[in-house]
This record gives sequence, structure tokens and C-alpha cells, in this order.
Amino acid sequence: MSSTNTPVNTLATGEVLLSFKDVGVHYGAIEAIKGVTFDVRKGEIVTLIGANGAGKTTTLRAVSGLVKVSKGSVTYKGETISNLDAHLIVRKRICQAPEGRGIFLNLSVEENLDLGAWAAPDKSTLKADLEHSFELFPRLKERRKQNAGTLSGGEQQMLAIARALMGHPELLLLDEPSLGLAPQIIERIFEIIQKINQEGKTVLLVEQNALQALQIAHQGVVLETGKVVTQGPARQLLASDEVRKAYLGE
Amino acid sequence: MLEFIQHLVNGLSVGSIYALIALGYTMVFGILQLINFAHGDVYMLGAFIGMYCARYFRLADNPSLGALLIAILFAMVGCAAVGYLIERLAYRPLRKSPRINVLITAVGVSLFLEFSGQLLFGSDPKFFPQIYRPSGDWSIGELRINPLQVIAFGISITLMTILQYIIFKTRLGRAMRAVSFNHDYASLMGIPTNQVISCTFMLGSALAGAAGVLVGLTYPKIEPLMGVMPGLKAFVAAVLGGIGNVTGAVVGAITLGLAEEMLVGYWAPTYRDALAFAILILILLFKPTGLFGSKRTEKV
Ligand SMILES: Nc1ncnc2c1ncn2[C@@H]1O[C@H](COP(=O)(O)OP(=O)(O)O)[C@@H](O)[C@H]1O
Ligand SMILES: [Mg+2]
Repeated sequence: MSSTNTPVNTLATGEVLLSFKDVGVHYGAIEAIKGVTFDVRKGEIVTLIGANGAGKTTTLRAVSGLVKVSKGSVTYKGETISNLDAHLIVRKRICQAPEGRGIFLNLSVEENLDLGAWAAPDKSTLKADLEHSFELFPRLKERRKQNAGTLSGGEQQMLAIARALMGHPELLLLDEPSLGLAPQIIERIFEIIQKINQEGKTVLLVEQNALQALQIAHQGVVLETGKVVTQGPARQLLASDEVRKAYLGE
Repeated sequence: MLEFIQHLVNGLSVGSIYALIALGYTMVFGILQLINFAHGDVYMLGAFIGMYCARYFRLADNPSLGALLIAILFAMVGCAAVGYLIERLAYRPLRKSPRINVLITAVGVSLFLEFSGQLLFGSDPKFFPQIYRPSGDWSIGELRINPLQVIAFGISITLMTILQYIIFKTRLGRAMRAVSFNHDYASLMGIPTNQVISCTFMLGSALAGAAGVLVGLTYPKIEPLMGVMPGLKAFVAAVLGGIGNVTGAVVGAITLGLAEEMLVGYWAPTYRDALAFAILILILLFKPTGLFGSKRTEKV
């Protein structure tokens, strides 16, 4: 925890869902994150902000098991998950919409969604879940039989989020969902993230779009060159001169 | 005209055998970007497993379609096991290694299987038992067709249809397509990528095993190096169709089979084996992605 802020949160139940303790990740000789520590409490939207190359994606990949942790630990509900295989971490109801959306462009929209349910706990809800995705993202329903490669960038991002939801996440990891999208679509995506959170899902949101992310988040964590430089309630970060200067372009 | 149809039948029959082998190359390439040079040798093992199975169960005593199917089944299961072991022992430990290491390993596995074959089976050709012996040729008018060719073709097509079904209609197939698109994204879905890769090797190897028996049936001399040339040709067929593309492999293989047969029949009988290499060179020069291949582009 940073010394400046003590987390307070309106929605949080207090239960810590995800906990990073002094986590380091290396790519060969490069140390991409260097002793990252923060908590995500149940019910919150926590946003991880920072410049390009700060280590945001690496932090998410350390949660989902796509990179091995070289020091420290990642725990989920008190259980250490660092260095479990990625496909086993999904079964703990941690689902990710990865950087660059990670859509299978060689599969149809519906096949992508079906794959999202690969590790879902209860297969009998598949139909209902699909309908729920289509309610959230009507565009996807029109295009369900289409090859996902034919979707626009915004539609692909919606598919990525919908697909992650198909796995019934308790913790949803989103990596720069606004990247490369038009402002109206970004607006819509952020609304949906809030809605998903209100439906009871905890969200860890990586963003470069710090202003919008902090506006919907409960907590913010600011990364710089692989280290947490400040963290605390999103509202406080929005008000802090330091953050405004560095990340909100003021 | 009659001669043409004769060549057509021969070409389809040879082409369908190439297709069974080419599918394994292309599936493994699709999922690992690896040319499994040992694949032709798996096909050789299929022929030997079929032979030993036929001897053990004395299938030649009662030649029948059933006997043939039993031999094919054993060869497929045996080769699937071999394919599994090759991937598990040779390739999986190298998953994060540079491409060249894996390539050299593939050549090593191939040599290992060939020399083990010579050691185990002897290097002299063996006679493949006649486990299915249709009486005489079928004739339609003046056209005479060897029923073995038709049966081999029919079985190949059936197996390829089953494979298509698995790839495009089942959960496993969907997982295979997802893994071949991107391993990380697939594992984020909860797909156990290593298991899917194992299954891919097993499916491809099983098809090669079936091809081994079908060839043993029609050209009944088998020996430990018999996989080299068909392996290379099937590889060319896969490249011709666009390596990584399942439909492409079948089309490429049938095309190669027909082209060889027409070349041999009408023009230059001694150049049968050269044709595949000529095609390979032309494809690599003018359309390296093959007939059905495409460069994958990712939208950002
Ligand atoms: N696969 C990789 N191999 C080597 N270095 C990498 C790799 N991925 C990221 N990095 C490096 O790690 C650092 C953090 O990257 P990343 O986590 O992607 O940052 P962000 O998502 O905040 O832009 C950067 O310096 C980047 O160059
Ligand atoms: Mg990133």
C-alpha cells in the first residue's frame, strides 16, 4: 500500500479477492514489473493505469497465468495462483479479455462465444448466457454466424468482453478495452463495464485512458516502469495534482 | 478416353493416400508451426503395425473387408500412440526453443524411427499379407478397375470426412482451431493447449497409419524406408494446398496424385518422383502460401 492513501470504498465488502504481494515478472533479462503490491476487493472496479510499457499487461498476464512470476505471489481468495497454468486459473472464475482483444478471427462469432464457456462451471446455462451476451451487445446477435474476422474493431472488443463473460467470471480482467476505438464506442464500452460491475462482478481494468477509467473505478493503481507509484480511491486520484499532471494531460 | 479414365482412377487413388499423410503434416503445422519430418515414418510404422496385426490374428487366412478394417484400426491406434509419444518426448520439451532446434529434432526423430525400423523389422522388404482379396478386376465396359484402389479410395474419403467433422463440428475441433490461431488466447478460454496439441498429433498419425495399411494392401512390399518418398510428396501436397489448411492439403494431394499419374501415363514415365519437387520449387517461388493459404492479418 502506498503511504498516501488508505483505500475506502462504497461497494466493497472488505473481502480481498485478488492480492499482489511484491510481484516481479521477467521476460528473459528484462524485468517488466518490479515488486508490484496491491489488492482487489470483491465488488470493486480497480483500474490499473500508466503509460505505454509501464507493465500493465504484464500484471494482468501474471494474474491469468500467461507469464510466470519470478518473485512475490499472486493470491486469489487466499490461495496462491502464481505459476498455475493459465487454463487452470480460468476455472477459478477469472476471465480475461486480453490486450488486442484476442479474438479467434478464424472462427465465427458464436464459436468464439462458445469457447468462452469452455471452462464455465455449469454448461446448462449456455443458451441463457448467450442470450444475455446478445442483450448486452445486440450487434453480436446480428453477426453471430459471421466470421469474427469480419467484425469492426469496436465489435471485436464487444465480442472479447462478451466472451470473457461466458465463463462466468467473478473477477473480470480487461486489458485496454478502449484502445483504438471511436469516442462514442468507448463511452458505450465503459457504460457496459459499469453495468457488469453492478451485476456483481469484480473488475480489474487496465487503461491508458486514465480519466475515463478513474471515473468509473472505485480504486486506482498507477504503474510507472514496472512499479506502483501511487494507489488509492479513484476519486482521490482524480483530484490529486500529481496524477492530473502525469496522466490526465493537465 | 478409356486410358484417360484409367489414369484418373489411379491418380485419385494415389492422391487420396497422399492426402491422408498430408493432413497430418498440415494439422501439426497449423497448431505448432512445425514441419514434423517424422510423419512419413509414422506412415511406415502404420504399414508394419498392420502387417504384424495381420500375422498375429492370421487375417490372411480369411481375407475380407472386415480383416482389412481390423488391420487399419490397429495401425491407427498404434500410430496415434506413436504420434503422442513423439510429441510428448521430442517436441513438447522444446516448446519455447528456437524454431531451428525443433526442426533439427524433427529430422532426428525421423532418422531414429527409420533406423529403429531397420533394426526391428530388418531392412529387407517384407510382404504385406493379403488380408483383402477381391476376386478379379471390376470392369465397366472395357474399363478395368482394381477394386483395391476403389476400396482404398473409399476408406480414405471416409476417414477424411470424419476428420472434417471432428475439426469443424466438435468441441475438440473448435479447440484445435482456437489453439492453432493462438496458444495464449486459447488457454485464456480454459482450453488445455497441451492436450489439444497431443490430440492433433494423434489424429494426424492415425490417418498416416491408415495410409500405411492401404498402401501395403495395394503395393504389398513394405520396408523401413518406405515412408521417405511418400512423406516428402505429402509434404509437397500440403505446401501446394497451403500448409496449415486442411482442405488445401486434400486438394493439393489429389492434384499431385493426378498430375503424377498423367505425367507418367502420357509423357515421361521416369519422372514420377521429380514432379513433386518441381511443384515444390514452383510453389515456393511463385505462391509460397499455396493454393488455399492466406496471410493472417490481425486487426488492432
Ligand atoms: N514478450 C515480451 N518480451 C520481452 N519484453 C516484453 C514482452 N512483453 C512486454 N515486454 C516489456 O515489458 C515491459 C512492460 O510491458 P507491458 O506489460 O506490455 O506494458 P503495458 O501493458 O503497460 O504497455 C515493457 O518494457 C515491454 O517492452
Ligand atoms: Mg499493454
